[in-house]
Amino acid sequence: MKIIVAIKQVPERDAQVRINPTGKWIEESGLQYALNESDAYALEEALQLKEKHGGEVIVVSAGPERVGQTIREALAKGADRAIHIDCDDLGNRDALGVARLLAAAVKPENPDLVLTGLQSEDLGLGQTGVIVAELLNLPHASLILHVEVLDADTKAQIKVKRELEEGWFQSIELPAPAVLTIQSGGNKLRYATLMGIKRAKTKEVRRVTAAELAVDSTAVVVLDQIVLPHKQKSTQMLKGSPKEAAAALAEKLKFEVRVL
Amino acid sequence: MSGILVVLELQTTSAQRAQRISRISWEALAAGQKLAAGQSLTVTAAIIGADTESLAAEIAAKGIATVRVDHPLLAQYTPDGFTLALQQLIQSESPTQVVFPHTYQVRDYAPALAARLGQVLISDVVDIAPGPVFTRQLMQGRLNGNYRATGSGPCLISVQAGAFRAESTQSAAPPAEIKTFTPTIEAAQIRTKPGEPFRGSAQSVDLASAQLIVSVGRGIKEAESLPIVQDLATALGAELAASRPICDNGWLSMDRQVGSSGQTVSPKLYLAVGISGAIQHLVGMKGSQCIVAINKDPDAPIFEIADYGIVGDLFEVVPALTAAIKAAKQ
Repeated sequence: MKIIVAIKQVPERDAQVRINPTGKWIEESGLQYALNESDAYALEEALQLKEKHGGEVIVVSAGPERVGQTIREALAKGADRAIHIDCDDLGNRDALGVARLLAAAVKPENPDLVLTGLQSEDLGLGQTGVIVAELLNLPHASLILHVEVLDADTKAQIKVKRELEEGWFQSIELPAPAVLTIQSGGNKLRYATLMGIKRAKTKEVRRVTAAELAVDSTAVVVLDQIVLPHKQKSTQMLKGSPKEAAAALAEKLKFEVRVL
Repeated sequence: MSGILVVLELQTTSAQRAQRISRISWEALAAGQKLAAGQSLTVTAAIIGADTESLAAEIAAKGIATVRVDHPLLAQYTPDGFTLALQQLIQSESPTQVVFPHTYQVRDYAPALAARLGQVLISDVVDIAPGPVFTRQLMQGRLNGNYRATGSGPCLISVQAGAFRAESTQSAAPPAEIKTFTPTIEAAQIRTKPGEPFRGSAQSVDLASAQLIVSVGRGIKEAESLPIVQDLATALGAELAASRPICDNGWLSMDRQVGSSGQTVSPKLYLAVGISGAIQHLVGMKGSQCIVAINKDPDAPIFEIADYGIVGDLFEVVPALTAAIKAAKQ
């Protein structure tokens, strides 16, 4: 089974994000980056499918030079090779523009499955995988927790477990090749082993520039301005040492909220 | 029509498997009306299904023009069926904007529909300003982004649950017109075969009826540290809950999860420990009467909706709070 996993490098979850002077993006200098969480689950699902059915796992990621580090991490976890779409203007492309890059890189590989995370932790659009499916004219399913290959020989039919709202689920059958967006929590994530990290250094990372992929980069939706959210409530912040703040809160819970 | 099309979503109620229009759909309609008022446009509601007559009448009775997108192949949701049907409706009606509720179903097909129309869905919108400018959250709710559509053709947006007030969709107007639109769909065009929805593991914890909830998030770092939060819950007499990552890691059972994929709660007190407040969590608890947040990050979005907050190290604050509560109870 040939599986492509589209992954994104995003600012680390705990990173202090500031708006940059243009007001259109965040200040990137000094930021630490990590693999987007639901993409990590997509990679895990792909690696487990490969362990069961054989084949190859290829990661693809778009972004500047620094993305190479996240790609190496994915290779260290067990992906076989990678495609790095070298692109410095990701922020100027809308969801369709980014999906066009990914689709153009994926198409010549003719994969059996394309997996990606449900949504990114930075922009949170939650659209890329679904648009890639549309561009490749492949069936898709989103919010997937588990993938089952129904016919081990042809691998032409799969069954997926899809999360619905409020604790409900649904099984969906669809033909492969297909695109699936993976929800977090379906599997336990693996760590890269020392051997894996060593092996990753020798694995192929093919670089292709956005220009070489020759896709339309005209944005139809633009991010005009980034602002700080306004507070919905006036929060009483309780200050002091942990002990003082805790005592003040207990007081509030007793006399104002009246729950003690 | 050069107006605004609002796509409503049907929800199957467990009783008699009857269908009704979901609450967030009425909110999407309110957003559509807000958008229309700023541009002097009219609003048309669309419902998609195989037997939508009585639901259409319910909407039209509120004075809202309604189009029934009706086809036997739309009886059950599939991304292929809904994308095809709406593509044809949008091409036939040429709306200026199309508004969706931001649900799991919409997230499954609206991005593909937009791409097919050469557009991009502006997803999870929380506010609309003149322009129109659409605000959506970035960086897990730490920042807001203001977006604008620059292309020609319809602009597609989806609105976040709770962001627009459904009450404002009330209207005293006489019943509006109902049209039926029959899309051309062939069975072979629908590639996915959906099964019946089923419940996950048996729900043994009923958070919805809990008066007091102590909820723990990623800030707890490891399962071994959970007892300090459990101790706080016990001291308070509260039920223990968690944000998604804690349940994903298997540290607490799935039935303790609060948020869009877990339970929705509105207790008297919701005490969030080490939860930054991603929107997926907030939608499950923002209706709580009193929200208290303990977090080391002063910019965590949870503080935007908290009544009381402590910025600090939970490993110091939580044991101190447990002791203070025990003392206050004596």
